[in-house]
Amino acid sequence: MGDHHHGPAQGVTRWLFTTNHKDIGTMYLWFSFAMFLLGGFFAMVIRAELFQPGMQLVEPAFFNQMTTLHGLVMVFGAIMPSFVGLANWLIPMMIGAPDMALPRMNNWSFWILPPAFLMLASTLFMEGGAPAFGWTFYAPLSTTYAAPSVTFFIFAIHILGVSSIMGSINIIATVMNMRAPGMTYMKMPLFVWTWLITAFLLVAVMPVLAGAVTMMLMDIHFGTSFFSAAGGGDPVLFQHIFWFFGHPEVYIIILPAFGVVSQIIPAFSRKPLFGYASMVYATASIAFLSFIVWAHHMYTVGMPVAGELFFMYATMLIAVPTGVKVFNWITTMWRGALSFETPMLFCIGFLVLFTLGGFTGLMLSIAPADFQYHDTYFVVAHFHYVMVAGAVFSMTAAVYYWLPKWCGRMYNESMGKTHFWISFIGFNITFFPQHFVGLAGMPRRIPDYALQFADFNMMSSIGAFIYGASQLLFLYNVVATIVAGKPVREDKVWDGAEGLEWTVPTPAPYHTFEEPPVVPKPAGTI
Amino acid sequence: MGKLFSGASLALFAPLVMAQNQVNMSPGVTEIGADIFELHMLIMWICVVIGVAVFAVMFYSMYAHRKSKGYQASQFHESTKVEVAWTVVPFLILIAMAVPATSTLLEVYDNDEAELDILVTGYQWKWKYEYLQESGENVAFFSNLATAQEEIYNTQAKGANYLLEVDEPLVIPTNTKVRFLITANDVIHSWWVPEIAVKRDAIPGFINEAWTRVPQEGIYRGQCTELCGAYHGFMPVEVHAVSRDEFDAWMAAKRGAALAQDQLAMQTLSADELMTKGKAVYDGACLACHGAQGQGGIGNAIAGSPVVLGDVGAHMAVVAKGVAGTAMQAFGGQLSDVELAAVLTYQRNAFGNNTGDVVQPSDINGMKNG
Repeated sequence: MGDHHHGPAQGVTRWLFTTNHKDIGTMYLWFSFAMFLLGGFFAMVIRAELFQPGMQLVEPAFFNQMTTLHGLVMVFGAIMPSFVGLANWLIPMMIGAPDMALPRMNNWSFWILPPAFLMLASTLFMEGGAPAFGWTFYAPLSTTYAAPSVTFFIFAIHILGVSSIMGSINIIATVMNMRAPGMTYMKMPLFVWTWLITAFLLVAVMPVLAGAVTMMLMDIHFGTSFFSAAGGGDPVLFQHIFWFFGHPEVYIIILPAFGVVSQIIPAFSRKPLFGYASMVYATASIAFLSFIVWAHHMYTVGMPVAGELFFMYATMLIAVPTGVKVFNWITTMWRGALSFETPMLFCIGFLVLFTLGGFTGLMLSIAPADFQYHDTYFVVAHFHYVMVAGAVFSMTAAVYYWLPKWCGRMYNESMGKTHFWISFIGFNITFFPQHFVGLAGMPRRIPDYALQFADFNMMSSIGAFIYGASQLLFLYNVVATIVAGKPVREDKVWDGAEGLEWTVPTPAPYHTFEEPPVVPKPAGTI
Repeated sequence: MGKLFSGASLALFAPLVMAQNQVNMSPGVTEIGADIFELHMLIMWICVVIGVAVFAVMFYSMYAHRKSKGYQASQFHESTKVEVAWTVVPFLILIAMAVPATSTLLEVYDNDEAELDILVTGYQWKWKYEYLQESGENVAFFSNLATAQEEIYNTQAKGANYLLEVDEPLVIPTNTKVRFLITANDVIHSWWVPEIAVKRDAIPGFINEAWTRVPQEGIYRGQCTELCGAYHGFMPVEVHAVSRDEFDAWMAAKRGAALAQDQLAMQTLSADELMTKGKAVYDGACLACHGAQGQGGIGNAIAGSPVVLGDVGAHMAVVAKGVAGTAMQAFGGQLSDVELAAVLTYQRNAFGNNTGDVVQPSDINGMKNG
């Protein structure tokens, strides 16, 4: 910690009033990990109830509260804030900026999150229980037929949206205005590119979500009928609005993950990323397509056939840029000098499992086949392959990769590898059989199931407990590293790592790049 | 109706040996189901082939290009030719997929020239089936989960069709184009029977169309597939496909029963009759929320309820019109006068509510009109 005059404030005020991108990044990361454990706990309740046919532990109504909160907490509390935390830590260091462009707003966008989730979690103790209508909260189940706690849920969603929008504006402003001299757009690390595009997606769609929940609020309390057929409204309108937000939302989750993988694979291949420019264009294409495919979540609502065809073709197109990305990553590895430290293992796990999720995504895009897949466990398996093996694996890789730079200590490699293998095996035991039960006809979001699904569900539950437990090992490894890991002093912690963040001292001092750095690398070599 | 089916049911069960640990989609029994299955397998195999090829390259690289073996990294990082190739080739593969997908989709949407129309209405948590007749003499009934609470709560062994059995199945004739007009009364449901490849959302205020033509007799089971509240997992669909003759006989019997029901509504029933009938209605319509012993649950307790012990007219109003903003539905449109009279009588005399009140179908009629 070089400069004592500009070090952090002491005590709790350091965290409450901080405008430092590293402190805020750290808070985002710890907060998202706490939410990951909370959402994971809800998942454990779900899998425990589904361990055997029959109702054992919870009542059906409570089961629905668990599936709803699991989805909301994981999407809005764990995955999204974790990548915002990563962006806070890394974007200024990657583009040679001293901090984020809007540091006070940065503080605010973090600190409104904990109260929002406290409020959301408190609905569990309210009369009528927590929201029980699924994370997609389709009206009128979420309006006319919802428990009174739905109003608190709406308020929480509003706050999360405000936080996301502020975070995104901050990232856009930082990337556009604070790049070091010579850091042109096409020299930016891919993680910065993917986040820039993600931030635009967020700014575009979070207000749509806010609109949807506001209409719900009006329907519930002010006598409107946006989504009530009895009053001349339209329940399907809700789904169109929700998925106009929701589909870009899943790319908001996965694009920064693509960015992370695009940093780590070259580092452990000791070879520049293959096809940098095409990676940027592919990311932009995916972002564009994300706006015109939303109704593929709604093939069974009774759209006209022309609509079905349009959304089917548009959705299938996404396979092209996504394929380009996978091919580029593998070509990056090709004839590199590969080594398999924990971050690389998680990236390879990502590559294999995310691609599998991509394949099932392509299958789901085929509208007539989707009539059999829709709302079954096949869909549950699909989106956990892309969300968990996609976003969570890459986030885990990111933590292992940059942790030594953040805290100046090296994590325990064999414990990291153990964490990877338990996660990888546990994940697949959990979610692979869900493809089978889904195809065999098991609907999602049910607390109890017919007997022919019993064996695979038990397997799935066992896998979930293994996967859940492996995250405690992760927590232990990270804490042990921060407290007593082996000190690292090299600026460049990994021999193959490239980028400005590896030119600052290790651990990264409280303030970096107070003087803009010289950007040496030619385009295309990160 | 049970009797009519008891003979046929043995034969019907034959094709329905539940595949334990089934790992793939079922082609089902219909032409469209088979087309969808083929499409599903085609896309899956294309994905498998691509996946195997791509990951073979990756795993080879992981084996051959290891740093630990002293492999020196190349520094190549660009090739426009390769990028164009792996953009164009997948695009062509997608077009090859889109062709059969489009034709199958058009088949699914071919709702014309149906020989039988059935209105399917989703309720929390049951299905109503109404056979639409040109004469206007529609036959309608509700189809409730038949699995006992004891099985669900593990105090009794679970039957083979656990959670997939109903009290009154939908009956359709084979080799007939049947059109389903699907809607809902409260929240969104989704009517799905995998074996006949029909899934359509049931949306309040909308009527969606779907169709099937089942070539072989059998029992086909499915479930609601859109989260519709607490008991979403407990509203199965059971379809019996029977020969045309059997179907006509069943339909005639149903009409006869409806007529008898109308006549019953004119008569004065004994307290015992009402109690027996009332228990059956209660178990089907009320039990899920109000409990097997009237102890309450999602709904208020029936035992000792001030509504039930109070004025009959007020009690009737709650049952018939529901309570806005709660899960208490309006049963006035769901239950016949006889059923309403029976369930009111039952509630007022069961679970220790010994009011001694007997409500007659004619009273219900009077209350409805007054």
